[in-house]
Amino acid sequence: MSKKPILQAVGLAKSYGRVVALDGSDLELFPGEVLAVVGDNGAGKSTMIKCLSGAEVPDEGQIILDGQEVSFKRPQDGRHAGIETVYQTLAVAPALDIASNLFLGREMRKKGPLGSVFRMIDSSGMRKAAKEHIAALGIGTIQNITQAVETLSGGQRQAVAVARAAAFGQKVIILDEPTAALGVRESRQVLKLIESLRDRGMPVILISHNMPQVFEVADRIQVQRLGKRAAVVTPKSHSMNDVVAIMTGAMTVDKKDQALSSVR
Amino acid sequence: MSQDTAVYDAASEFQDRASISQRMQALLHKYPWLSSTMVLVVASIIFSFFNENFLTPSNISLILQQVAIVGAVAAGQTLIILTAGIDLSCGAIAVFSSMTMAKLVQGTPGEGVPAGWSIWLAFPIGLLVGMLGGAINGFLVTKVKLPPFIVTLGTFNVFLALTLTLTKGTVPSIEMDPFLLTLGHYVNLGPFRVTTGVLFMFAMYMVLAFVLRYTSWGRHVYAVGDDIDAARLAGISVNRVLMSVYVVAGLTFALAAWIVIGRVTVASPNTGGDLNLDAITAVVIGGTSLFGGRGTIFGSLIGAIIVGVFRNGLTLAGVDLYYQLLAIGLLIIFAVSVDQWIRKARK
Repeated sequence: MSKKPILQAVGLAKSYGRVVALDGSDLELFPGEVLAVVGDNGAGKSTMIKCLSGAEVPDEGQIILDGQEVSFKRPQDGRHAGIETVYQTLAVAPALDIASNLFLGREMRKKGPLGSVFRMIDSSGMRKAAKEHIAALGIGTIQNITQAVETLSGGQRQAVAVARAAAFGQKVIILDEPTAALGVRESRQVLKLIESLRDRGMPVILISHNMPQVFEVADRIQVQRLGKRAAVVTPKSHSMNDVVAIMTGAMTVDKKDQALSSVR
Repeated sequence: MSQDTAVYDAASEFQDRASISQRMQALLHKYPWLSSTMVLVVASIIFSFFNENFLTPSNISLILQQVAIVGAVAAGQTLIILTAGIDLSCGAIAVFSSMTMAKLVQGTPGEGVPAGWSIWLAFPIGLLVGMLGGAINGFLVTKVKLPPFIVTLGTFNVFLALTLTLTKGTVPSIEMDPFLLTLGHYVNLGPFRVTTGVLFMFAMYMVLAFVLRYTSWGRHVYAVGDDIDAARLAGISVNRVLMSVYVVAGLTFALAAWIVIGRVTVASPNTGGDLNLDAITAVVIGGTSLFGGRGTIFGSLIGAIIVGVFRNGLTLAGVDLYYQLLAIGLLIIFAVSVDQWIRKARK
């Protein structure tokens, strides 16, 4: 109860024209935990994540990061504040190579006048660092760091996007359906990565449709329904069937039975 | 049994054939300038059979001089096409810049400003006019969110109208400032004798190639053209990149105008008519994809040279001008077909 949330959303609302995507939804993410956000299609998961990362500006509501209210206008703002996001749509530039994609938007410069005067980027340095990041994730299927991303499989592309978030996330990492396009083996690697991020104390928000995966890695599960938070439960307190029942509205959970504070 | 092996052989043969074309596709995919370089080499060899003068240093020098202006405009055009845009107003911007420079130097006799301005004022203003023209295009593309094709179709007419207003449709007979003629001087490089304009164009390509290859900005230009949403989500200020591309392109158009003045020794409102489409032709033949994100700046230089080589080679071979146009037209279609085919290698 005493732990304060690292990231908190209060009463977020967003509508696209007459379609209400988010209808006053709350969210609390506590330090060092994996919070899964689940919900039916159109429950407002992706919209909420976009508001938290700066890809969308909410119509109403507050976002509080580390005790301070923030307002993101662009994805860069969220990124500067230390929130890294892996989007459902693979946000990689297909024609650029893996290293360029990992460092896209924050390229390393060469040291000395070559970097400061001529603004030369440090390609070999970035390649080396990219190799380390990829290796740290245990993504063995990527052999050549200078490969164009378009030559990779969908799963490998996602791995590059996850590696990018893991390499640069400072306060919060948000993963929007990171395993949706992945094979079984690559999914396992991403789950392992999520666990290792948590072990390093990095808070993670995971959006997923995959209940077994959610129950495997999540500390708490926030269930969205019709643009609102329906309940927050833990894998211990409720079963997969319960969560599906909450998602569809067949079951409601009393406030006092919910896991609204940190469980770690 | 024998039937089985026959099937097997046919299958393996098919696989071999497929892999050769696929390997070719992959190679072109990796080096998009390769196909245009091949066209240039093959065309040069064929033309040299038809006319022994074709591959002489003096003829090559001539081709390069003819190519310098289009090449310089194509350099800026490449930047824009790399971002999946297009600039139909490039020639109009170039001509308007050249007219601005010339008119300011000349002054307007009989209208209260008899003496012209200093060249050191007129020249930078001419360059600024080019950048401003690019900035207007960039503003309309990024802020008003209009498609580049429409924007530049509009500004093409606007700049043309401004030029004609400025000159009242006549070619001003101006005592041209010596500095403006700098790029018309000849230099000897071994057996080659080219204008300084040619060297200047090469220098422009060097600078842009460096910037595209070795700076973050260059990567961002490719990323924006490749997938604009991915670039935005990766934290690139997409609008700022686009805006800077149009301004830099405007500057290269104005610098191309300087080469124009050096070559024709007057600033004429009629010099830029073909420049718009010729520059796009050069970029496309050079292997840069009209869909953005793919291509190299040197490809455009090769593309411009290919057009020059075809014009020159067909003339030397005694081919009618009409068929030269036909050849260039077919070349464009060929280049875009190759690009489409290469893009399919994207799995």
